[in-house]
Amino acid sequence: MSITVADLGLGGILSIIITAVLAENYIFSKFLGCCPFLGLSENPSNALGMGCAVTFVMTLSSLITGLINKYILVVFELEYLQTIAFILVIASLVQLIEMFLKKSVPALYSALGIYLPLITTNCAILGAALLCVQNSYDPFVSAIYGFASGVGFTLAIVVFAGVREKVAFADIPKSFKGFPIALVTAGLLAMSFAGFSGITI
Amino acid sequence: MIQILTAFGWFAAIAAVLGLILAVASKIFFVKIDERIEKIKECLPGANCGGCGYVGCEALAAAISRGEAPVNACNACTDENIKKISEVMGLASDIETVRLRAQVMCSGTNDLAKKKYIYGGVSDCVAANRLSGGDKICPNGCIGLGTCVDVCKFDAIKVINGVAAIDYEKCKSCGACVAACPKKLIRLVPANIPYWVGCMSVDKGAVTRGYCDAGCIGCKLCEKKCEAGAIKVTDNVAEIDYTKCTGCGVCESVCPRKIIWSAYKKTKVETAEPAVPAVAESGGEAEKTEA
Repeated sequence: MSITVADLGLGGILSIIITAVLAENYIFSKFLGCCPFLGLSENPSNALGMGCAVTFVMTLSSLITGLINKYILVVFELEYLQTIAFILVIASLVQLIEMFLKKSVPALYSALGIYLPLITTNCAILGAALLCVQNSYDPFVSAIYGFASGVGFTLAIVVFAGVREKVAFADIPKSFKGFPIALVTAGLLAMSFAGFSGITI
Repeated sequence: MIQILTAFGWFAAIAAVLGLILAVASKIFFVKIDERIEKIKECLPGANCGGCGYVGCEALAAAISRGEAPVNACNACTDENIKKISEVMGLASDIETVRLRAQVMCSGTNDLAKKKYIYGGVSDCVAANRLSGGDKICPNGCIGLGTCVDVCKFDAIKVINGVAAIDYEKCKSCGACVAACPKKLIRLVPANIPYWVGCMSVDKGAVTRGYCDAGCIGCKLCEKKCEAGAIKVTDNVAEIDYTKCTGCGVCESVCPRKIIWSAYKKTKVETAEPAVPAVAESGGEAEKTEA
């Protein structure tokens, strides 16, 4: 039995959103999607672009994988093939979105640039789809969860990029310059986000 | 067995549907792209340095294909690749290109140039320059905090003993450092120039002498001794006209401040005594190329 929007009510939906954005932030608590998190956080505007792209794809992919799961995999008892089915769907979806943007919104396409194809192989997207199934969310609840998780990802990457921008000018020991200090920064941020982990709504 | 067949059947169906959707979408959303862009892009260095004035190599390739940019717009491109681009564009392939390189016009290393204060702020020349023009007394001296190093996409710049030094092999003359230097000390010069003047101080000789042991004092010895008449001292600093310079080397030998540099001297000094000469070498820059 899957959990639907009606089962949850407004309070339940809000609880899902807040939990996904803060307490169970994809990067700082689940450690999913760390590759773009470290690779694209050199400046806040790029980070925001990546965050928006991830949110967009995560929402759509959670919805569509939810539908596929509910109406095909569950009905024909193929749940053990969820992972491969979701990968297939997500890759095609990103490809489709890319083609659509290239034709219809070229400005957004060039702004997203390399980030869009990168999302295809992003573990956070697949993670969101699989977690929705694990929590037995209805496709629409999945979409809400996917959106909230994407917002959480955006929040994390933008905050991190802001900190990294400052750190870039700091006078730090040579051995810490660049990537090492970024990892230390990410660790400290993750600790601060751990403060949300006790929240139950 | 049934289960395997069901799984196979459904996955084949899902894949077929997705494939069909993508195939249809690629027709619907087809965007015509000039295939020359891809070919031109392959010939460009791909560092996206922005030296050509376009956002990146892809943007330049698109501009070349539209005929908006010349085929040799990329300074970092090898002659061979420029020829290839001309072929793609159907142009004559004998376009002359002058190879350039960046040169830092300062010889004032930490041991030669005096400082007015100890800088302890953000490690960035632009920031230091705002604080009374940097720590060196010379208003035209290299600050040496490596803003040019950070912008170089080709890893061609190092700061040695307080003055930026350019690796001529790695320099692709994109001009990023020229734009980044707050003191405007870096110039693009023809790559094969025999001599250059490593100072841009326009202060009077006595003043320059007071704050830097490697500053041009405008004594005009080089100007007088140059048989080709290629050197001219204006605003208390010597400048070589590369179109006239014959490479005789008299200027280098007569310069009392030892700030006229040659690639040979630079190499020789470097091996003998790495720290100071390397700096000077890099720092030692010729005068304006276009003089």
